[in-house]
Amino acid sequence: MSTAAAATATESLSFEQIGMIFPDGTEAIQDVSFSIRKGEFVTVVGPSGCGKSTLLKIASGLLEPTAGRVIVDRDRLGYVFQDATLLPWRTVRGNVELLAELHGIPKAERAQLASDAISLVGLDGFEGHYPKSLSGGMRMRASLARTLTLSPPIFLFDEPFGAVDEITREHLNEETQQLFQREGFAGLFITHSISEAVFMSTRVLVMSSRPGRIIAEFDVPFGYPRSPDLRFDADFARLSGEVSHALRGSH
Amino acid sequence: MTDTHRPTSTDTDDAVAAAAVPASTPRVTPPRSTTRTLFTVVLPPIIMGILILGLWYFVSYQMLDERRRFLLRPPHQVLDVGFLDWGNFSDILWALWATTKVAMVGLSISIVLGLTIAVVMSQSKLFERALYPYMVTLQAIPILAIAPLIGFWFGTATTGRLIVCVIISLFPIIVNTLFGLQSAERGMHDLFTLHHANRPTRLFKLQFPAASPAIFAGLRIAAGLSVIGAIVGDFIFGRGEAGIGQALRKYANNLDGEQLLAAVIMSSVLGVTVFLVFGWIQNLAIGKWHGDRS
Ligand SMILES: Nc1ncnc2c1ncn2[C@@H]1O[C@H](COP(=O)(O)OP(=O)(O)OP(=O)(O)O)[C@@H](O)[C@H]1O
Ligand SMILES: [Mg+2]
Repeated sequence: MSTAAAATATESLSFEQIGMIFPDGTEAIQDVSFSIRKGEFVTVVGPSGCGKSTLLKIASGLLEPTAGRVIVDRDRLGYVFQDATLLPWRTVRGNVELLAELHGIPKAERAQLASDAISLVGLDGFEGHYPKSLSGGMRMRASLARTLTLSPPIFLFDEPFGAVDEITREHLNEETQQLFQREGFAGLFITHSISEAVFMSTRVLVMSSRPGRIIAEFDVPFGYPRSPDLRFDADFARLSGEVSHALRGSH
Repeated sequence: MTDTHRPTSTDTDDAVAAAAVPASTPRVTPPRSTTRTLFTVVLPPIIMGILILGLWYFVSYQMLDERRRFLLRPPHQVLDVGFLDWGNFSDILWALWATTKVAMVGLSISIVLGLTIAVVMSQSKLFERALYPYMVTLQAIPILAIAPLIGFWFGTATTGRLIVCVIISLFPIIVNTLFGLQSAERGMHDLFTLHHANRPTRLFKLQFPAASPAIFAGLRIAAGLSVIGAIVGDFIFGRGEAGIGQALRKYANNLDGEQLLAAVIMSSVLGVTVFLVFGWIQNLAIGKWHGDRS
C-alpha cells in the first residue's frame, strides 16, 4: 500500500516495488522501483500504453497501486498534465491563480505569485486572455505557470509538450530546463521523444511495453545550462542512439 | 470584447508569440464586400417574406370567396385592424403583458427548482437514479391530460397557470444543468482532486462554470416553453387576469380574424423576444470565453 509519508532527506520521490493491476485485470505496471533525489531530473520513456501515465497517477495519489508503495510528500506536488487542462472560463491570470486559491492562499499573495509565474514562463501581456485565444504552446506555458505558483519541490510532467510543434517543443524544453535549474526541484518527466528526454534530464529510464518495467537506465553526463546546439553534439547523438536501442528492445 | 494586450519583448519564443497575435486581435472579419453580404445574408429572408405575403394574399383573395374571407383576412387588413387600431392593439399588448408576467414568474420558479434538483442529482448517483424516471415521466405527460387535475387541485386562476408553466419548462433546465455539471473534463477533476478541493469548491469553481453553456442553452429553451406554458394555461383555464390565451379564445369565438392573427403574431414576437433576450444574456455572461470567437 502506498503512503504519503515524508520523503527522506535526499530522496524526494521513491517508488518501491510498485505493481498496478486495474480492476478489469489489465496489468499496467510490474515491480517498478526507483527514486529521484532533489536536483535530479529523471525522464521515463516507453512505448505507448506501457503504464507511464499510470506511474505518475500513482505518484500523485490519484491512483492507489495494487502492490508496493510510494514515498513522497504530497503537500506541494506539481503535476503538469498531458494537455494544459486550463479552465476555459478563467483568464490566464485566473488559471494561474487557481491552485493558490485552492490552497487558501490570500488574494494579494496569490496575485503576486501568479504575476511572478507568468513572467517566468514568458506570458507577460497575456494575463487577460482566455485559453481559447492562446496557441497550444502558450497554453502549456500557462499550465506550467499554474504549477509553478506553488513552488513545488517535486514536479511530475506527463508528456506536457506532446501536442505542440517541433520548434515550440524545443523552446519549451529549453525553458523547462532553465526553470529546473533556477527552481531546483526534483523532476519526473514522461515523454515519447528521445531527444527531449536526453536534452532535459540527468537520468533517462526506459520502460518495457505492458506490463511496464524499468529495463534500462542511462545517466546523462551533460552539465546545465544546456544549449540547444547540444542536440547536434556527437555524445548527445551516441546517447540518444543507446536509449533508442533500448527502447526498441522493449517491444 | 477581447483585451488588446500585446506581448512585450519578454517573450523569447517568437514563433509562439507570432502565432498568438492573430488570435488576440479582436474581430478580424474576412474582407467581404457589402453587396455580397446584401445578396447572401439580407436578401434571402426578405424574398421569403415577400413570397409568404404573396401566398397569403393569394389564399385570401383567390382561394377564399367573399363569404369565407374572414378565415384569412389579407395582410393589410390585419395590419389596419389588429395593429394600427390602437384600441385593439393595446388590448393585445395588455394581454401579452399579463402572459409575460406569468411566464417570467413561472420561469423563475423553474430555474430555482430545476437548478436545485439538478445539483442534488449531480451530488448523488442515488438521487439521480431515484428522480430521473419521474422527471422523464413528468416531461412525457401531455399537458392537456393533467390540466383538469391541476385546475382541480390548484384552481384555474394564476396558480394553475403558473404550475402549467413550470411543468412545461422545468425539464430542459434539469436535463441541461445535470448534463453540464457532469461535463467537466476528467483532467480538471483530477486537478481539483490533487489539490484537495472539497465538494462545494468543486461544484462552484469547476462544475458550475463548466455547466454554464449547457445551462444557458437549457434556459433559452425553457424561456420559450414558459411563454407557451403561460399561453396554454390561460387558454385551457380561461380564468384569472386575462392573458393572450384568453384573448385568442375570445377573438376566435367572435370571429375577429384580424385581431386573432395579430394576437398570434404578437405571441410569436414574444416567444422570439424571450429567446433573443436569453441569447443576449448568455453572450454577456459567457461569450468572452465560450464559443469560437471573442
Ligand atoms: N482505469 C483503467 N482501467 C483499466 N485499464 C487501464 C486504466 N487506465 C489505464 N489502463 C491501461 O493501462 C495501460 C497503461 O496506461 P497508461 O495510460 O499508463 O499508458 P501510457 O504509458 O501513459 O501510454 P501513452 O504513452 O499512450 O500515454 C494501458 O494499456 C491502458 O489501457
Ligand atoms: Mg500517458
